[in-house]
Amino acid sequence: MTDRPLKQIHLAAHFPGVNNTTVWSDPASGSHIEFASFRHLAQTAERGKFDFFFLAEGLRLRESKGRIHDLDVVGRPESITVLNALAAVTERLGLAATVNATFNEPYELARRFASLDHLSGGRAAWNVVTSSDAFTGENFRRGGYLDRADRYTRAAEFVQLAREFWDAGEDGVRHRGPQFDVEGRLSLPRPPQGHPVVIQAGDSDEGREFAAATADVVFSRHSTLADGQAFHADVKRRLAAYGRKPDELKIMPGVTFVLADTDAEAAERATAIRRAQVGPQTTIAFLEQVWGVDLSDHDPDGPLPAVDPDPDSALVQGRVRHGDPLAVARRWRAVAAEKNLTSHELVIELTGRQSFIGSPATVAAQIDHFVQNDAADGFILVPHLTPGGLDEFVDGVVPLLQERGVFRTDYTGRTLRDHLGLPLPGRR
Amino acid sequence: MPRQLHLSAALDSPESPDSPGRFDAGHYAALARLAERATLDFVTLDDSFAAEPSRPDALAALARTAPLTGRVGLVPTVTTTHTEPFHTSISVNTLDWVSEGRAGWLVGVSTTEAEARAFGRRPVAPEDELWAEAADAVEVAARLWDSWEDDAEIRDTATGRFIDRDKLHYVDFEGPHFSVRGPSITPRPPQGRPVVVVPVTAADLAPDASPGGRARVATAIRHADVVLLDAPDRATRLSAATDLRLRAGESLRILARLDATLSALPDRAADERLLAELTATGTGVDGFHLATADPLRDLAALADRIAPALRAAGLLRDEYTGRTLRDHLGLARPTSRYAAAPLSSPAAPTAPALAEVTR
Repeated sequence: MTDRPLKQIHLAAHFPGVNNTTVWSDPASGSHIEFASFRHLAQTAERGKFDFFFLAEGLRLRESKGRIHDLDVVGRPESITVLNALAAVTERLGLAATVNATFNEPYELARRFASLDHLSGGRAAWNVVTSSDAFTGENFRRGGYLDRADRYTRAAEFVQLAREFWDAGEDGVRHRGPQFDVEGRLSLPRPPQGHPVVIQAGDSDEGREFAAATADVVFSRHSTLADGQAFHADVKRRLAAYGRKPDELKIMPGVTFVLADTDAEAAERATAIRRAQVGPQTTIAFLEQVWGVDLSDHDPDGPLPAVDPDPDSALVQGRVRHGDPLAVARRWRAVAAEKNLTSHELVIELTGRQSFIGSPATVAAQIDHFVQNDAADGFILVPHLTPGGLDEFVDGVVPLLQERGVFRTDYTGRTLRDHLGLPLPGRR
Repeated sequence: MPRQLHLSAALDSPESPDSPGRFDAGHYAALARLAERATLDFVTLDDSFAAEPSRPDALAALARTAPLTGRVGLVPTVTTTHTEPFHTSISVNTLDWVSEGRAGWLVGVSTTEAEARAFGRRPVAPEDELWAEAADAVEVAARLWDSWEDDAEIRDTATGRFIDRDKLHYVDFEGPHFSVRGPSITPRPPQGRPVVVVPVTAADLAPDASPGGRARVATAIRHADVVLLDAPDRATRLSAATDLRLRAGESLRILARLDATLSALPDRAADERLLAELTATGTGVDGFHLATADPLRDLAALADRIAPALRAAGLLRDEYTGRTLRDHLGLARPTSRYAAAPLSSPAAPTAPALAEVTR
């Protein structure tokens, strides 16, 4: 790679989420709902010349054992409304909302994203997600009704139809497909970006194919170098089949980070943060999520539960279960035996580890290394604190990336597509 | 001293192909700031799912305006037909958060075949059915706003609990068009419940009213904090307002809609006509909603000429005395319908401690 010019890094900021990554017990932890917190994080990201600011979505509060999960931050505002307000207090920062394609209709959502794109001067992005469980469906007219395979079929047709609405001129859209039979025209001209930027986050084979066909950005979860490189190569390889070039899809893993003056201090701080993220009650909640059985009497400071998980359990609702629970339990038991860990220590070890830990110089070098070696095109940073969790990164790491010549020192374009180096889509 | 007027205005631009600024966010902020100089209670922005007139989503445009204004209430039309009540509830709730307690909701329904086809979910329905559905949507939204008690967030480090889940509630609404389980994903908004505004015409209240009109009145009586009342003349307005107040109670604010023949303010003669209308006694209403003809010109006239004249007559506030739209309207902040009745004993030892933690 000696002759290749340095890749430019793309950075985004994720508002701290409603999960245990977000530490609310810290005295510096502020409101997760007041606008001032969103303003602080977005303006910090813009000061750091980030590509975009990212909001996740949840349409039903998480439950375990039939009750609302109470150990993590709970509650968030409606994303598109917050982003419209943030458009008033930022000038260049991209504004990305996660919105479910299952519990919305294309006409209305295309109109809402076109409105955000107009009102922000071309800065809108849509992270398309497709959950369709009956649990979430209890809050919606449609209910839960799609099986896993149909979710992407619907999402693909949904995005295609949204693009038709964005592109349509005076004649409007006449669309007849397996999922949607509609006819109409938006009350807005074509958005400034042509189409708002489309982000996709699924990691399954269908998800990767959907990304290759449709997305501008992939929000991936592969935060080690080798995993990132494999994912990067796989998804970029799929693009050719859709007549797309590797540059037209940016891969941005979600990552966490811990900074301090020295690497040793950062490591110490990372351990303290992990303990704050995973308390004894959260340990039990994590075990229950994998085991699918009530473990409220389990001692977090003892070994893992002796019983096997129930793979068909509905004990925990509103959270994605990753992988086969029996396999996860086997792996956890192996790690616990090898390192002689209690349940609490094991959950800290396996779930809380931050992606980048070190001094600003170390973290800047790591990030650059990942990007130059094609494990990513950039990162979506997930701070653990609201609203100050991004401050140190922007003040410490961003200037070092700029010195390395791998990150912009100022915005050169006006729209999010400009920041991401994506072309204005042609009208179909 | 006479009772002060509740004044509001529409920000909608008139139909014109070269009408500037509909997609320029600065346009709405400039208008809302003029309304704020006139110390209006609130501004409205209309919306629908029709292709014409060309305009952005109204709630989006007013959210975009919220950080650029400080006091004026922001009331977008949000349609209850074809939309998800859960999304509507959290969007209006969030407008209240980003405006720090200035959100309202002008309830609308979608009556056209073209809008129904844009969604492709169901055919257009009769207006009485649409307003019955709208009433259900407002009921769901209000239950969801209440579904988090005000002090649900406790951040209790000793037990590791962020919330007291006994203070979050399922809403369990079931109706002919939708059922919603809840609770909301968004905590209770600053106003407790954003201000619900329903448009009613005097004809809706007449003995020979259409089924749609009757359903609209029923929605207003059951749910509205503010009614925007259309009436052809003062006598009809008085009887309609009296009728509404008898049926809905004293806490309903009734604002008469003035169309552009009165609220267009090109010159001093127009000022005099409008002032005569606004200062007339015995109208039966609490104030007015002005449908401006040229929003930039007319809101500037309101701020520069009409508001000072009303202040001199003691009919309009000199400056805002409250922070929220409910404050401006003189409406109390409602307690959550799910909150347990307060203990009769004054010794409620946890209350101050919890309030401290949640700040």
